Parts: sequence; structure tokens; C-alpha cells
Amino acid sequence: MIPSTQEATPSVIAVTNVMRRFRTKLALDDLSLEVTAGQVFGLVGANGAGKTTLIKHILGLYAPMHGTVRVFGRDPVTDPAAVLSRIGFLSEDRDLPLWMRVEELIRYSAAFYLKWDARYAESLRDQFQLDPRAYIKHLSRGELAKAGLLVALAHRPELLILDEPSSGLDPLVRREMLEAIVRTVADEGRTVFFSSHLLDEIERVSDRVAMMAQGRIVLQGELTEVLEAHHRLTLRFTQPLPTAPRLAGALNVYGGGLEWTAVCNGTLNELTAAARGLGAQVVAQESATLEEIFLARVGRAGAQAGSLETVP
Amino acid sequence: MQLHLSPGDGLPIYRQIVNQLKYLLAAGRLGPGEELPPIRVLAEQLLINPNTVARAYLELERAGLVTKRHGSGTYVSDVSSPLKRVERLRLLAERADALLAEAKHLQIELPELLELIRERVKTMQPQEDK
Repeated sequence: MIPSTQEATPSVIAVTNVMRRFRTKLALDDLSLEVTAGQVFGLVGANGAGKTTLIKHILGLYAPMHGTVRVFGRDPVTDPAAVLSRIGFLSEDRDLPLWMRVEELIRYSAAFYLKWDARYAESLRDQFQLDPRAYIKHLSRGELAKAGLLVALAHRPELLILDEPSSGLDPLVRREMLEAIVRTVADEGRTVFFSSHLLDEIERVSDRVAMMAQGRIVLQGELTEVLEAHHRLTLRFTQPLPTAPRLAGALNVYGGGLEWTAVCNGTLNELTAAARGLGAQVVAQESATLEEIFLARVGRAGAQAGSLETVP
Repeated sequence: MQLHLSPGDGLPIYRQIVNQLKYLLAAGRLGPGEELPPIRVLAEQLLINPNTVARAYLELERAGLVTKRHGSGTYVSDVSSPLKRVERLRLLAERADALLAEAKHLQIELPELLELIRERVKTMQPQEDK
């Protein structure tokens, strides 16, 4: 459970230099990432960044045009049975058979998995307060998400993949989703890979994060290290500056005149020295938030105003 | 034991836990021999990754503030509490830094700030502030 033992842990997902094009659109651009056993890996990105496309490659639903995808050391495209039997997956659009009742969905799903745990499925159904006689098509958004999560969890998968698990859900159901993630990791050795545009939940549960924009990973690392390596500094100059100062390590600079604020990458000592070198005084310094880091790294274009949220 | 986390604060969550537990120790609200909540329980309660809780506990253990007993639970150390004076001062130093930065921003000079602190002490109730 402790991150310091990670060099010995095997990789569960290894994506190496994957490229994928849809007609003229480059959906994945030389993308690499690795998820090790027992880790919660949070993938951050605005809508359209390529998160779902990446997940479809991990599930073997798409074959990469270049590069390789390995899950548990196997190719999910050529060896889907071996890979998918060990994965629990919740898709963003939940795609459940609408004509079934909840109890039928559970029986139907049980048939797919050797390791289906009927007792666990029943306890989840009870905990999620899903009526066994209810038709899937009549379920609310939240219930639909919970039914999908039940199916993803009840065979106790080694790897849980969640695509935007709390998208469109109320805070109560979102909480249940997060609880499921937390419990899954607490069960020894289980791995979670989830995508989200909600930075609050990424920050709560991830060990490692990757920020994605336009098919590329723009930043990837241990969550703690990412946070500790970024600062927000406000500099004050003795003379007004006509244009933004060029501060080493600054990812974006805003402000004007005498005072400029920059979200920066680097140690505080380096950054303070750089500011002094420009003849400026640091009048405020704080840790940058994950949202600030994301916006600074991805920029306005990648973040697509309105599609990125932070939720209380 | 009540902890309040603020994700989106910029401060890593494990750091927030460490700071708050140190504060509870310093304030005597966690006493020697007292058991900390099991990692899994605290993770579910705070809705955070159990690895994060483990990391915070490990840091407190390294600082000698808590002890793991046969891998079962984590307990406040007998020897270390109350928190060393240095550590308590360090906790306060963080608050002082924030106050000084704010004062500088508002162009309040140090003597004036010290005067303000003395005044506040007078207006405060004699009982301990939480």
C-alpha cells in the first residue's frame, strides 16, 4: 500500500508510443503511460482530449495504428478473453441492456465471468438500493451508474477501469462512486484506472495522474510530486512592465503593470532567485492547485472553456 | 477524531492529514497510547485513497509520533508526546508566515502588527482558543 515499494511492482497497463487517427483527426499522439499494480491512476482531460479513445485501446476495442498496448502483459486485441476477464469496466454512457430487469442484468453478467461473486453482487445491489424487479430503462441516471458499477465490481476484478464515473451524477451518487474506488484499492493489490474532468475527485483518490490534451499526455507523475513541484507566485516590479515578464519555470503569466502572477514549475528557491534576477519582489507565494496546474499546462485551447469543472 | 480536508487547496492531501494530526497531538486531543483509525476506515470516511492515509501515517511514524504495533494498528507514541517544542513552534511558524505576508501586502509594518496582536490578546477570552 505504500508508494515507496513501487519499483518492484509489475505494470498492469503499459501503453507505449500509441498513435491513433480518425480520418484527419489525430486522437492519440505518440502516447505512453504505465500503471502499476495497486495504484489508482487518474486521467485528467477536457472533453474531446482523447480519454475515452485511450480507454478503448486499453480494453482492446481499438487496435493502435502505431505503438503497443499491454494489459497484464498481454495484448488486449489478440487476447481479449484473458484480459477482459480480469477487468471491471464502467463506460461513460453505461451501455447496459435496457430491456432487462436489474435481476436479469445481474444473472446475465454473472454468465460472463468465472469469478462472479453472487453474494457480493447481492450486497452491492442492496447497498445501492437497486430494485431487482426494476427495468434498466426505467432507472434514473444515478441508478444506472450504480447498476453499471455493480456489474464492474461483482467479479472482483484485478483492474477497475472507470470512464468518467461521476459524469452527470448528483453529489450523493458521486460519493458512492468514490467509495467504491476507495474500497477497491483497499482490497489488496487491486488497481484502478479512471478518467475524469473533476479535479477534486482526481485529487482525492489518485496516486498518480496524467493530464491529457489533444491526444497527448502533457504532464504525468505522482500526484504529490506534481503538486509540490508547482507554485503560484505573485511578483511586484518597481516599474510597470508593458508585457509579461519571462520568468524561468513559469507556465503561464497573467496580470499587468507592477504586479504579475505566474503558475510555475520548480522549487521555491529557484523561482524566488529567478524573480530576483528580474528585479522583482515575490509578494505572494502559494502552492498551485491541481486546477491551476492543469489550466497552465493545457492552456485555454485544450481546456475548452466550460468543459472543465472543479466541484466542491 | 475529526479531520477536514480541502482538495483543490494545492497542499497534498497526505500533508493536510499530517499537519492536522500533529495539531491534534500538540493540542493534546490525541493522547499517548491512543489508537489512530485504521487506514481503511479513515480512507473511507474521508473519501480518499488508502495509500494517502498510509503515507501520512508513515510520515508520523518516521517522526516518532506514532508507532505501529505488530502490523495491527497505529498508536500515538508514549515517548514523543506532547509534541516537541520545536515542532509546535514550526506549526505556528507556518501561520506566522501567512500573517506576515498578509501584513506586508496591506503595508502594515511589524511594530504595528505586534501592537495589533497584543490588542487582540486583551480582547480575547481568558480561556484557550481552539
